[in-house]
Amino acid sequence: MRSAVVLFPGSNRDHDMVKALHSVTGVEPTVVWHQDATIPDVDLIVLPGGFSYGDYLRCGAIAARSPAMLDVARKAKAGVRVLGVCNGFQILTEAGLLPGALMRNAHLRFVCKEVKLEVTNNDTDFTRAYSKGEVIRCPVAHHDGNYFADPETLARLEGEGRVAFRYAEGTNPNGSINDIAGILNETGNVLGMMPHPENLIEALHGGLDGRGLFESVATSVAA
Amino acid sequence: MKVRVTITLKAGVLDPQGKAIEGALRGLGFAGIDGARQGKIVDLSLAETDPDKARAAVADMCEKLLANTVIENYDIAILG
Repeated sequence: MRSAVVLFPGSNRDHDMVKALHSVTGVEPTVVWHQDATIPDVDLIVLPGGFSYGDYLRCGAIAARSPAMLDVARKAKAGVRVLGVCNGFQILTEAGLLPGALMRNAHLRFVCKEVKLEVTNNDTDFTRAYSKGEVIRCPVAHHDGNYFADPETLARLEGEGRVAFRYAEGTNPNGSINDIAGILNETGNVLGMMPHPENLIEALHGGLDGRGLFESVATSVAA
Repeated sequence: MKVRVTITLKAGVLDPQGKAIEGALRGLGFAGIDGARQGKIVDLSLAETDPDKARAAVADMCEKLLANTVIENYDIAILG
């Protein structure tokens, strides 16, 4: 599986993502600078975590308008799989590739801890290695992860099985509506999530719970 | 031409920063506060001299970048 990681000024989880992708797929991802207007032909484009543009204006707002994102939007429309983690999720909502918005955490504090995630829908390219309803461990680290969508959008997301991950066992760290941790676009090829699966990949991380996500994409690509 | 854009959260969107401000004001003993909402202001200096054209251009800027219309409203004022 070929993958690319888009690097923005202020990205800081790009190295973790590159390592995770390499570890699971055995292929080194291409790192693409945000000013590059063309992303190479790959099976998965990843927007990593961090604080692009210092979170100026709104988290992800400036990055969402970069030349690379125009090509991400084109490729997403053509069916290429796109994963946005943390700041990457914020960028995807700001770019209009995912509905809703990520608001300031309800308690106003930065959260950096481990949460429990329920795999709400395992019939997706990003989650098929897990079983439905399985609860996995995953770290979060963010200040603006409080997912918000209007009632109609929310009903559509829930009704169409587009909530991929939910905070489980009372571990919602940010006040996110319906405990939403990760959502898919209409066609299921774009996933945005606040937690960091790339940080539970090796035994040294203390667990392997995040590997399933990358294995799922690799399986879907091979299929 | 100077143009001021005021961006506020839509009614019904939780504003935890506004809530914190409200709580702090109460803590200082200010009575009769029914709510506080926090927004932001962007002041633009434009080469455009026609107010209608300036307003239209800034509305386009708001839609494309300055406001996230999923959660925010914007108001445009020509300052002269």
